[in-house]
Order: sequence, then C-alpha cells, then structure tokens
Amino acid sequence: MTSPGTGFFGRLNWDALPVTGLIQNPNANEIVANAAAAIVLVGVVVVVGLLSWFRLWTPLWRDWLTSVDHKKIGIMYVVFAIVMLARGVLEGVVMRAQQAAGPGDGFLEAEHFAELFSTHGTIMIFFVAVPFVFGIANYVVPLMIGARDVAFPRLNQISLGLTVSSGMMLMVSLVVGRFSTGGWTAYPPYTGAAFNPGVGPDYWIWAIVVSGVGTTLTGINFAVTIYKMRAPGMTFMRLPMYCWTIICSSILIVFAMPPLGVAALLLAADRYLDFHFFTNDLGGNMMNYANLFWLFGHPEVYLLVLPAYGIYSEVFATFSAKRLYGYNSLVIATMSIAVLSFTVWLHHFFTMGQSALINAVFGIATMLIAIPTGVKVYDWMATLWRGRIRFSVPMLYGLAFLMLFVIGGLSGVILANPTVDYQVHNTLFLVAHFHNVLLPGVLFGLLAAYNYWFPKAFGFRLNEFWGRVTVALWTVGFLLTFMPLYFVGLMGMPRRSFSYDDPSFHPFMIVAIVGALVITCALFSVLIQLWVSIRDREKTRVPVGDPWDGRTLEWSIPSPPPPYNFAIIPTVTDRDDFAAAKDKGAAYPTPDAYEDIELPRNTGIGFVLCVLSGVWMFALVWWIWWLAALMTVLMILVVIVWTFDDSTELTIPAEEVRKDHEAWLARVHGEKAVDRDFETSPENRGLARPDLEVIT
Amino acid sequence: MKRAPTHSYPGINLGERHASAHKATEVVTFGFWVFLMSDLVYFGLMFATYITMIDAQAGGPGPHELFDLKSVFAQTLILLTSSLTVGLAMLALKYNLPRGRIVLWFGVTLLLGISFLVLEVRDFMAMAEKGGIPQRSGFLSAFFGLVPLHGVHVAAGCLWLIVLGIQLHVKGMTDVVISRVVRLALFWHFLDLIWIGIITIVYFGGLTYG
Repeated sequence: MTSPGTGFFGRLNWDALPVTGLIQNPNANEIVANAAAAIVLVGVVVVVGLLSWFRLWTPLWRDWLTSVDHKKIGIMYVVFAIVMLARGVLEGVVMRAQQAAGPGDGFLEAEHFAELFSTHGTIMIFFVAVPFVFGIANYVVPLMIGARDVAFPRLNQISLGLTVSSGMMLMVSLVVGRFSTGGWTAYPPYTGAAFNPGVGPDYWIWAIVVSGVGTTLTGINFAVTIYKMRAPGMTFMRLPMYCWTIICSSILIVFAMPPLGVAALLLAADRYLDFHFFTNDLGGNMMNYANLFWLFGHPEVYLLVLPAYGIYSEVFATFSAKRLYGYNSLVIATMSIAVLSFTVWLHHFFTMGQSALINAVFGIATMLIAIPTGVKVYDWMATLWRGRIRFSVPMLYGLAFLMLFVIGGLSGVILANPTVDYQVHNTLFLVAHFHNVLLPGVLFGLLAAYNYWFPKAFGFRLNEFWGRVTVALWTVGFLLTFMPLYFVGLMGMPRRSFSYDDPSFHPFMIVAIVGALVITCALFSVLIQLWVSIRDREKTRVPVGDPWDGRTLEWSIPSPPPPYNFAIIPTVTDRDDFAAAKDKGAAYPTPDAYEDIELPRNTGIGFVLCVLSGVWMFALVWWIWWLAALMTVLMILVVIVWTFDDSTELTIPAEEVRKDHEAWLARVHGEKAVDRDFETSPENRGLARPDLEVIT
Repeated sequence: MKRAPTHSYPGINLGERHASAHKATEVVTFGFWVFLMSDLVYFGLMFATYITMIDAQAGGPGPHELFDLKSVFAQTLILLTSSLTVGLAMLALKYNLPRGRIVLWFGVTLLLGISFLVLEVRDFMAMAEKGGIPQRSGFLSAFFGLVPLHGVHVAAGCLWLIVLGIQLHVKGMTDVVISRVVRLALFWHFLDLIWIGIITIVYFGGLTYG
C-alpha cells in the first residue's frame, strides 16, 4: 500500500499528536493516552534538566556513552530495562483496571486496549527481558570466565545502541502516532496494509528488526566470548553453570533471531512494497508468518529463562554453601532444553488447521521439555539439601521461583495437550500460564541476579529489609494477579478482550487488579530499595569484593572491579575455583610480576549508530523517504570510516596495575574476615571466612 | 619463496612472534563463522518460503515463462570464477606475494561480482517485462524475496572489496587488514554456496516442480 511522494514530511502531520485527539474528543480514553504521552515528555525534560543541573553531560559522554567496558554496557542495559519495565508494568495495570471496571465497556476504547496489550507484550519481551538478561550477562560473564572483556567490545556497544534506539521508537509511538494493535506477535493479514494502513504495525516492524539485529550481534558476541575467552584451565566442564546457560542462550539467539527478522521484513515487504507473502489474496499465505514467527518465538522464551536457571544455580550454591548438585546433569538438561526449544514451535497454533498427527507430534515434543526442567528442579532441591542455607534476598527469590515455577510448568504441560489446548488456547488461562513462567522464572531470576551481583558492580550491598519487602510484594502481587486468570480462563474468558458481559468474571477481575496494584508497589519498592541502599552505602561497602562467600572467579577481585577486571589472568584448576582456593587458603595470591594490559579505547560508534538508526526507523514509519535514504547512506559511511581508525587500543602500564592491585591486597590482609552469621551486618566488608563445616 | 609457519587458518601470515595477533584473528574469524551461520538461517528460511509458495502463482506467470537458464548459467560461471579469484588473492597472501598481487585479484573479483549483478538485474528486468513482478503473486514475492537478497549480499561484498582495496593501499598489510581479507574471502565463498542453493532450488526446482 505504497503511495510515494506524500510530501516533505511523508505522512507526518498534526493529527499524529495525541493532543489533537484530546481536543477533538475529550474522554477518559484520550486522557489516559495523553497522560502517557505527557509522562514520556516530562521524563525526557526531567532527565535533560537533571543532567544539565548537575553538569553531567561530559561525564555521561566520556564515562558511559562512549565506553566499551562490558561492565558499563551491562549496567546501561539494566538501567534501560528497568525504565522499560516501569512502562510495561503500568500498562499491565491499566489493562487490569479496564477489566476490573466490570461487565460493559470500561473506560478505554477497544483500539486503545489493543495498543496496550501490543506494547505491553513487545516491551516486556524485547525491551525488558532481553536487555535485562544480557545486561546481567554483560556484567558477569567476562568476570566469571576470567576474561578482560567480551570478544568484541565495540560490537557490544553497537548492540546496546541498536536495542536502545528501537526501545526509544516505542516511546516515540506514545507521543507521535499510534502503536500497532496487532499484539506482540503482529499476525498478518490483520497487520497487513489492507487492514491496518496506519503507522502502528510499522513502528512494531522497525523496532523489532533493529533490536533483532542488536540482539543477534549480542548472541554472536557471547557465544564467541565463552567459547574463546575463557581463562587458562577453565575447561567446559569447569565452566560456571551460569555461563553454560548464557552460551546456550547465545546459540539460541544466533539461530532464533533470523526467523524473527525474516518474518518482520517480509511483513514490511507486504506493507511497503505490496508483496504477497502473507496477504489474503494473490497467493499469500499467513500460516508462513505463524511458522516463521514462532520458530523465533518459542526458542525466545528459553533464551530468556535459561539464564535465569543459571542465576538460580549460582544463588542456590552460594547461599547453601555447597557445590552445585548434579552439575553434569544440569549441563545436559540445559543443552537438551536448548535443542528441544526448536522442536515445539507449532504448539502456538494447534488450532490453525494442521492434521491431528502433526499436533500430536508437537504436543509430545512440548511435554518432553518437562523432563530436563524437572531434572533441574530436583538438582536445585538437592543443592539445598543439608546446605547451610541463608535466607538472603536472592535466595528468597529462588525459593519463590521453585514453588511458583512448578505450577507454571504444570499448566504448560496441560496446554501441551492439543485436546486441552483446543478448549483454552485463546483464553486468559494461557495468559496466566505464560505470566506464571515469565514472572517467577525470568523476572524473579533477574531481580535475584540484581541483588546478588549489585555489590560486585557498585561496591556496596543492597538494603536487605527493602529487598525482602520487594520479594514479598512481587510474590503476593503475582499470585493475586495471575492465579485468578487461570480460573476465568477455564470459565472461558477470552484474552485480549477489552470488555465482557459475564458478571461471574467480575470478582476474579477485582482480585487481579488488587494484585496489579501490589505489583505496582513492588515496582516502587525496587526503587525505594535502591534509594535507601545508596543513602546508606557507607555502612554496606564491600571493597574486598566477596560479600556472599562466593564460589566463582568474579568474587576473587575487588568491588567494583578495575577496568581490566583481573590484574593477573587466573589459572583455573577447579569447577568452583575461588571456593576451592579459599578452602586451601590459597585465595588472594600475590603475583610475581605484572604486565601491561591492553584495553579497547572508547568510541562513539554505538551512540552514533543509535541516533542514526533511530532517525532511520522514524523516517520509514512516516514514509519520509529522503530521510530514510540519507540515514541508510550515513550509517554505511560511518561504519566504513570507522574501520579506518587504527588507534583502538589503550595500554594500562604494568606499574599502574601493580599499584592498584597491591593497594587492594593490603586492604584484603587488613580486613577482618566475617562469618556467615554477620553477612548482612556492616562488619561484612567483603572478606568471607570460609564456612564452619566444609560441605562438598 | 619462503613458507610461512603453521597457521590456525590458511592464508594468515602473522608469524610466530605475534601470538596476541594470532589469538585476536582466531577469535574474530570464529565470530565471523558464527555470523555466517546466523545469515545462513535467513537464507534457509527464504528457501523454505520459496518452496512452500512455488504453487502460489495466482494465475500469474510461473518459472517456465520467466526463467532464463542461459543467463543463470552465465551468472553461475561468473560467480564460481570469482570464488577462484578470491582464492588466488588468499594464496597471494599466504605466500607473501607483493601487495599488488592481492589488489589485482581483488580487482578481478570485483569486476566479476559487478558483471554478475548486471546480468542478474537484466534478468529481473526481463522478468518484469513478462509480467513477473513481485506484486503479481506469492510465488513471485518469494522469488524476489530470495534471489535479490543474495544479490544484495554480492553488492555488499563488492563494496567491501573496494573498501578493503583502499585499506590495503592506505594502511598496507597490517594484522587487522589481513584478518579482514580472510573474512572477506569467507564471505565470498559463502555467497557462492548460497548461489548453488539458488540454482538448485529456485531455478531447477522451480522448473521441475512449479
């Protein structure tokens, strides 16, 4: 549905602003839309104002935006993910509120509700879960494997830039024009040009394509990092469990992101160039879209949850003061899940007309995933068994996960049965199921990781009390919000419906909105915990770097770590190398000699590509062809010119490394080692006394 | 001609003294292989789409009316020859021949790449004259989603050849440039492999089945 030559600004005009709708038709729906747009604008103004007030532009540019340090890139990913999480959660609350308004039409229009569930899904998957998972991985993986950085530090910065620019497109869609109403899956022909001539699906397409490129590059980067950058002696069977899950996740990305790119780009060809891949007429076949999309979509949930499994594996081992039980079986289970995740995509459309045999095959393949997952759950339970368990915040997330995730897994096995799926596939039962695996699975895991590795990243611990409050709020909020949805789903309430007329759904919807409000409190509680922790940071500093009696290499260096991570690259002799060194009394060795360290020099390429790709996407969405062409040429030119730059390395002299490292070693020897009973007290300065009983 | 010491990858003459350069090249080359695997999935899915849509001609022209095997044969010869010339550039690199030799083979490869693209575009134009435009049917959409995608890759390879030729001239045979030459060669051979898939599945498969 192209109509070229629509003027200098393409199809962009004043009607694209939400305020136009408010003036023409003031009602609750428009007020909500305008409030959302206003929040975005106010947010931008506040951020710009604060940065200017505190004169932070220069440090922001010099220390962060141009940094290629994996640690800083990881932190920026997590900050971005938390900002997007706030938007995603609030959208969920608005949706629950709409349904809690009871039978009838509520306060939102159908179109607006459809935009809400489309952005909510898109944001939560692509701009919260993925950046959060790879933000944590960015920070932790090189430290865990004893590396100075990831394999391709500059590419890493570019990945971040592309992810952020596409996330910004979703923010822009709140203010200029409208987002898609086609759900996060954007099924054609509904999202095709014939049904949806507006800009909504185009926002979706370009955000997905650009962030998909960023994610693919990240996947390549981490697969290569873990494969090639491990410290000497770290064989694959000595790799920390978390790194195993990240390498599996990276492999999933390498193979699963292309189907998404293909699906989105073919949809773009249909919309922009009048092709017939997924149209209703002239030989188009929308089932091809369903297959392509879910070839990505199914592995996607495993590339999110596997790293969470890895996080829980580290957390359970550390806070039980035990070696991870059944390491080999966990590795095999992780790999099995990674492979099986590619064999089940068709269960997302059991009801779309394939034969019973095909459905049965995919149903059984789906149920098979329960086996390695079950192995994992038993391994974690056996890790806890007779451990010296401390109920720290990450551990509490882990325990909540163990119980709630099993329920989510079981409802998944129920859904894997095609006959059952025919009854419940498009009801809130399904919504309850995937929130039941994604919240306790992925989100709790990420929050556990945030609490677990925060002292490593910033040099002080997070507040325990507010951490516990946050765990309680997330858990209760999750239960209240999503358990009722199982019931209404079984009662036949369709998902994605902005209104209903069966009064028997209403009580459940009331419980769900109460839960949604508790989740909102949980979100604020995360921020309060951060604020309180920063305020009290002098009492919780852990400069020595090992507050939890950790077992893996990242705990053997200072907190926060120096830019080069390891003064001397360690030689690994054991699976839990640092724990073994502490047992033998060989932790914190004094090196014989120091060497110059080469680090990649700062570059602005990621930021430049972030801006250019953002403008490029905007131009494509609004059909400003000249601008899109200009941006395409500029992006290619910038990359070419950039490859001519040779001064990419920076050398840190051995003398400087020696000075820093010796100062830290002196500090290590000066501190008093604390027992685990004082883990949360100010006495814990990050030097752990190995535990009372040595349990293997 | 002196033989270079043992290599992790053929064609790299970084020497024993440059352990770190070797390591860096190994990492980058491996990363590029992973990227190619990812790209291969793109092509694989476009092949699958083409196969499922081969019958979706919606009454429009099909393979028998549109495909010109003579031109496709010529394109195949040109592309396979270009793989040979890239290989010769790599051999020049491996045996420490003067830089001019690499640039020469790069130039020949570039000419072959461009002639391939010219023939391909002529084919597309001939198809369009017979009504074979991508907007006509699902089959043609799938054809034009796949074959030009390969063409775009070839065009990107040509751009890469030009940029690397300039870098060889400006920077000389630095470790970084050599490692880029290695990756360009990998990429170019990859394009050949995809093309083999295209003649087999798109053209022969189309004519046999469609």
